[in-house]
Amino acid sequence: MAIADLANPTRFMALSGRLLPWLGIACALAFAAGLYMTFFVAPDDYQQGATVKIMFLHVPAAWLAMMCYSVMAVSALGTLIWKHPLADVSARAAAPIGAAFTFLSLITGSLWGKPMWGTYWVWDARLTSVLVLFIMYLGLIALWRTVEDPIRAGKATAVLTLVGAINLPIIKFSVDWWNTLHQPASVVRLDGPAIHPTILWPLLVMALAFTLLFFTLHMMAMRNEVLRRRLRTLQLGAASARTATARPQAAE
Amino acid sequence: MTALLDLGPHAGFILSSYAITLATIAGLFLWLRMDRARLVTALERLEAQGVRRRSGRSATGNGAGPRTATGSGR
Amino acid sequence: MSGPTPAGTWVGALFARELRLSVRVGGGALIGVLFFLAVITVIPFGVGPDLNLLARIGPAVLWIGALLATLLGLDRLFQADRDDGSLDLMLMAGRPLELVVLVKCLAHWAGTGLPLVIAAPVLAIFLNLEPLATGAVTLTLAVGTPALTLIGAIGAALTVSLRRGGLLLAVLVIPFSIPVLIFGVSAADAAITDPTPFLTPFLFLCALTLVASVVGPFAAAMALRFSSD
Repeated sequence: MAIADLANPTRFMALSGRLLPWLGIACALAFAAGLYMTFFVAPDDYQQGATVKIMFLHVPAAWLAMMCYSVMAVSALGTLIWKHPLADVSARAAAPIGAAFTFLSLITGSLWGKPMWGTYWVWDARLTSVLVLFIMYLGLIALWRTVEDPIRAGKATAVLTLVGAINLPIIKFSVDWWNTLHQPASVVRLDGPAIHPTILWPLLVMALAFTLLFFTLHMMAMRNEVLRRRLRTLQLGAASARTATARPQAAE
Repeated sequence: MTALLDLGPHAGFILSSYAITLATIAGLFLWLRMDRARLVTALERLEAQGVRRRSGRSATGNGAGPRTATGSGR
Repeated sequence: MSGPTPAGTWVGALFARELRLSVRVGGGALIGVLFFLAVITVIPFGVGPDLNLLARIGPAVLWIGALLATLLGLDRLFQADRDDGSLDLMLMAGRPLELVVLVKCLAHWAGTGLPLVIAAPVLAIFLNLEPLATGAVTLTLAVGTPALTLIGAIGAALTVSLRRGGLLLAVLVIPFSIPVLIFGVSAADAAITDPTPFLTPFLFLCALTLVASVVGPFAAAMALRFSSD
């Protein structure tokens, strides 16, 4: 049982410490290949011109924004159902990374939109959904930072994460519905009839590179989180030991 | 000249989106590294003062005791 | 220790208690209506007194006003009960906490949401709404505001242990209230302007309320249990 082995934070630290350099190397290689293909192999799109190169960042960032939320939702299940000690750590480590990639997806989307649509922002269904996702990430982080006790904060955010996971499809559906109601369907769209292989391959390599990057950053953040909790317990222990030695009469 | 320099009329948008992505990822990476460095030094300082994990005994410091719990005092 | 009371008795007693608390002085039910009125009053100062424009955006303005008023009242859902300890009694009473939360939400809605629905036709006059539009907005508000309260109960339960949870509560709840807002305003708009059917968004709104009446109490009860231990 690999998962059961990982339940021990000490074992997780040892294993992840060995794994992390290799993950970083794989990530760097994938980025090198992906960037090479983006700038030297992939042709310009007949409709979008060279701006299609922004898509090689935008699409993987949007993919990671969603994947990171699913990682958090699975971790939330782990926290609430199996009370797995690392699930909480994983969810907490994933939240800022997910927020960062959602932010990137929004920024690159609007930088692509300015030459294509003539404006930085349109209330397009996809952009709007990503904006809502961004607000949800920030809300989760805010809740985490507001509740003092890490265990209690982890449980509260796990509940909110799961409610979000239930609600996200509903939000996506309603935003799509709202968009068809208000938006004339004459915008340039990425999902044309078919994506040509010369575009698709660099996109897939970049998506792989971003995914590896997410796992690298997530593992680093998880290791930090384990250290942070260790430090907290040590400090609490030192503080209680200090009060015990300071007032020996009270203890007896 | 090369494909790299020929980004068409919207080169500014493409380059700035790559620059922002790079900056964000680098920022995340550096933040994680600095966080780790801070945590490791704090842990080492605590261990140097005699606080151990999973040990029932209290810290034996006489004068240094009150400063340990305040953390980043120094 | 008498035998277990029939379910209807304690549900009714709890509902009556919550309703009485929320409409009394300090309950804040009427302050919500007052806030609603204030929001509707500032809108013409923001967008100008053009009656045609106000009639066009009227349903959306009423809905946003009702959303904000509901959000403001939500922190009272569990906060006062936690402060005086009655929330702990409810947790220990051995009744299904989900049902307790549902009853509390319904009573809270009857105390704060229903007055908003009743006030909406009056405020619609300020916004130059036709009688048909007024009826549509009131009907959608009557169906949709319970969903806002039920979703908001999750945020209220999550932030109950925080000292200044009100603002955070609003930030947490607003993303989840977007579908309710979309279908509520769409249904109200559909009744006025286009040949677009009124029933489609209205039925979606009903569905959202039903979903919220399941998800809200369950998630809120879970959050309350975690915040207490």
